Amino acid sequence: MLLHSSRTGSKWQELQSRLRKAYRLGRRYPGDSFFRGIVLLAGLAVLVIVGGLILVLVSNSWPTISTFGWRFLVNEAFDPIHQSYGVRPAIFGTVVTSTLALALALPLGIGAAIYLAEFCPRQLQVVLTFLVDSLAAIPSVVLGLWGFLTFAPWLQQNGEPWLQQHLGWLPFFQGSPHGLGLLAAICILMVMILPILISLGREVLETVPREQREALLALGATDWEVIRHAVLPAARSGLAGAAMLALGRALGETIAVTLVIGNQAAPPSLSLFQTGYTLPSIIANQFGEATPGLFLSAVLEAGCLLLLITLLTNILARLLITRLTRGIPRT
Amino acid sequence: MEGSIGRAFRLKHRKILWLFALLLLSLVLEACGSPSAGNQSSGTCPSVSMLTGAGSTFDFPLFSKMFTEYAKIGCHVQVNYQSVGSGAGKTQFLQQTVDFGASDGPMTDEEMAKSQNGPILHIPVTIGAEAISYNLASVPEAQHVRFTGPLLADIYLGKITYWDDPALKQLNPDLSLPHQAITVVHRSDGSGTTAIFTKYLATVSEAWANQVGAGSTVNWPVGVGGKGNEGVAAAVRTTAGAIGYNELAYVLKNNMQYGMVQNRDGVFTLPSLETAKADAANATNIPADLRFYIVNEPGKDSYPITGYSWALVYQNQRDPARGEALANLLWWMVHDGQRYAPDLAYVPLPDAIVQRDEAQIRKMRCGDQGCYHG
Amino acid sequence: MIKMKGRNTSKSMRMPFLQRDSGRALIRRGFSVLFRCLCMIVAISITVFILYLILYVVHEGLPFLNLDFFTQPPTALGDPGGGVVTAVIGSLLIVGTATLIGAPLGLLTGIYLAEFGNGSLAMVIRFLVDSLAGLPTIIVGLFVWVLVVVPAHSFSGLAGALALAIIMIPLMTRTTEEVIRLVPTELRHASAALGATPTQTMLRVILPAARNGLLTGLFLAIARVAGETAPLLMTAIGSPFLNTNLALPMDALPLRIFTFTLSPYAYQIHQAYAGSLVLLGLVILASLLIRWVLRRTLPGQL
Repeated sequence: MLLHSSRTGSKWQELQSRLRKAYRLGRRYPGDSFFRGIVLLAGLAVLVIVGGLILVLVSNSWPTISTFGWRFLVNEAFDPIHQSYGVRPAIFGTVVTSTLALALALPLGIGAAIYLAEFCPRQLQVVLTFLVDSLAAIPSVVLGLWGFLTFAPWLQQNGEPWLQQHLGWLPFFQGSPHGLGLLAAICILMVMILPILISLGREVLETVPREQREALLALGATDWEVIRHAVLPAARSGLAGAAMLALGRALGETIAVTLVIGNQAAPPSLSLFQTGYTLPSIIANQFGEATPGLFLSAVLEAGCLLLLITLLTNILARLLITRLTRGIPRT
Repeated sequence: MEGSIGRAFRLKHRKILWLFALLLLSLVLEACGSPSAGNQSSGTCPSVSMLTGAGSTFDFPLFSKMFTEYAKIGCHVQVNYQSVGSGAGKTQFLQQTVDFGASDGPMTDEEMAKSQNGPILHIPVTIGAEAISYNLASVPEAQHVRFTGPLLADIYLGKITYWDDPALKQLNPDLSLPHQAITVVHRSDGSGTTAIFTKYLATVSEAWANQVGAGSTVNWPVGVGGKGNEGVAAAVRTTAGAIGYNELAYVLKNNMQYGMVQNRDGVFTLPSLETAKADAANATNIPADLRFYIVNEPGKDSYPITGYSWALVYQNQRDPARGEALANLLWWMVHDGQRYAPDLAYVPLPDAIVQRDEAQIRKMRCGDQGCYHG
Repeated sequence: MIKMKGRNTSKSMRMPFLQRDSGRALIRRGFSVLFRCLCMIVAISITVFILYLILYVVHEGLPFLNLDFFTQPPTALGDPGGGVVTAVIGSLLIVGTATLIGAPLGLLTGIYLAEFGNGSLAMVIRFLVDSLAGLPTIIVGLFVWVLVVVPAHSFSGLAGALALAIIMIPLMTRTTEEVIRLVPTELRHASAALGATPTQTMLRVILPAARNGLLTGLFLAIARVAGETAPLLMTAIGSPFLNTNLALPMDALPLRIFTFTLSPYAYQIHQAYAGSLVLLGLVILASLLIRWVLRRTLPGQL
């Protein structure tokens, strides 16, 4: 039954079934099981598709998995000539660029979403929403082109020297500025995930019932307090969902990151100026030229690892959301 | 509130939505049903109007021009060539999802053994040269920095790190080379361009051959990786003190600075159609299956960083009509098609290679007879 | 509501509470104003940046938009002229077909997860779908290539549509689940109290109430797949010739843009920007269409 899973406890279900019996309402129509069957079928179809995808991926990368085992994770080189493959710098690059991009985009995106949903005049809201949606529609190869033709040179000549001059004592802003590198990739990723955060964030904030805000306003709360105590807690899980979608996008982004990240493993350091590598950029760089055999299989294992990383972050995020929303009733 | 919305939706505007959905559906259905815009074949033409090829990005500008012209003449066969990369081209070719593959490097024996459709023919279709591009404000455009092969290898190995290194100064006494760090730029994606460049470095430098080796993807000791020719070109153009390698067309069309390279006879030559052709024409020991490299060939006019590009076809064509169309296409490409090469900075095939190509094309079998009837 | 329009009345209503402790209230109000300003600055600066990006594409591409660009097939690289009509038609067909396949599948799966989503099967589906969202799309292309292209011995627009449909699924599923869960429980109770069956509740109460969010999700999904290059490279592969048959290799705008950027010639690089402009225009058109339908069906909500 549809309503069984709504999280209102068993009392409601008891009451519901008693009401149903008493008034003979909501009987099981054939339509119900039909509908349920259809959505279940869709779920199963998706399961089969994703399962098949994982199967194809793992079976195609099996040669390297069986040849290198754990060494694939710690090896540094990606060297088809000497048949030695490893992705340590790529894992580092993937994790650093995605998490930092999300960390930078999250306050900006949610701030903008709050403005759009709560404070913005209606006409302006329509215009701003439209612009944000347009950003989502710029293909990533174009953002990449902008990134490496315009943004990276600017970063090299102005951005990175400025950072070095003012924040150079931090370990993140040391070394010679190349333009191309982790910092450029982080910025490009930030631009790409902002529309997801803003659009979905606004949507989530607007679904928080008006009454919750009005109740707090009536108690004399300021705008900030309303948002802090009434809106954000109710929207937390939805916002976390938007953040997860954004992180997924950042983890998997291929072409734009490849164009600006420099694609060369640098000696390990904390500097964001260094060039780097990500798992998707291995795929973007090598897929076209990978010859059948161990080489292609190594490229695909990079895809497997990415899948694993995304899976792990999702599990972590869900645990986090359950923690955060414990005791807070869902709207 | 929602009830009224639902009602309003049901009563007033459901029609609009249905109409919209129907429109979309009909568009798709119509698209599925309608036949392709093929050409009617006349009496002597094979009954095939479309061929598909995939592979090398290096070949793409030339092929794009050739096939646009080819669709206008003779049997109006449309050739759909997509530049997915040489490696992917080989993969697609081996899986028989395309009629022909194109690659900047010959297939290895191991790859040839994966064929499920019998012997594979290599047919050289064009020659390309690679320029050493750099960004040095203190060197006038009319002058070119001189490099030797071992020197280039040392730069790409990270042994020479400044432009005013004694070795560079000694080669270029007339130029004012600054005390500036060399930013090494290389291709980050696997490519035939890299294969030819590293093949050259491995030929002229033992250190390079031992430490790095030659291939479409190598483990670069130093540098910054740019994706594609455009990635390398952009990085070189925007970074003072950068050095990179690019296809000749890129360097010429984008007004980049490029250097002279010393050939096997000790002469410093600039990359150009003539010097690349000299290198190809002076090639010795060409094997019967036409799988070979031509870097660093003798001759005083030769430019050493030069390589062939191949079309890959199966000797035994499964579909006689497609086989015939394919053989006709290849014949045209190595003869009439060559005239489009110079304008696009590709080197036309030497006559000796064209004759070898003819023999290869005649080897193609459609059933019990040859595919080419010319 | 704390929107601008309601401020005057709510302010006077709030005053009695504030007078009791005016010093603290001042700090609270000051902080609140600061917060509002920060949000506004962030929103405005992001918008300015987006405007800059759009203008950048317009600046690079607009001079190359002409009638030929919309009506002619592409020329050979290096030759001036030519257009992207093949790619526009291909993109419309491929993305349209992908939406017809992927959106309903994602929507229904999202409903399944939101309504029956506590079992272990649902947990498995949810985790797999979520991890699919982070997979580089080229892998999806590879999957379809193995399953469709290799057995058929031919690339096809349909294979491209299938790949894009698979990419749409996690985007649609995720937003559907989130949005449906945000529909207030009271609505369900009210619907059930009126004797509606669960199916009726879902179709006539919950989905209409969630429609705004669903359409935003749909739009984001369409915008995302319309710009995808990598999966199409392995499935639809592209074609310089006009083709409306989904069973044959087919061009698409991102493929055409990608091809243009490979060219050493400035003309084609600019055509790449012009192509992006066309793609942007098409997606914005789709967005306006969605909004128009929304406005007609949801008066007072937009």
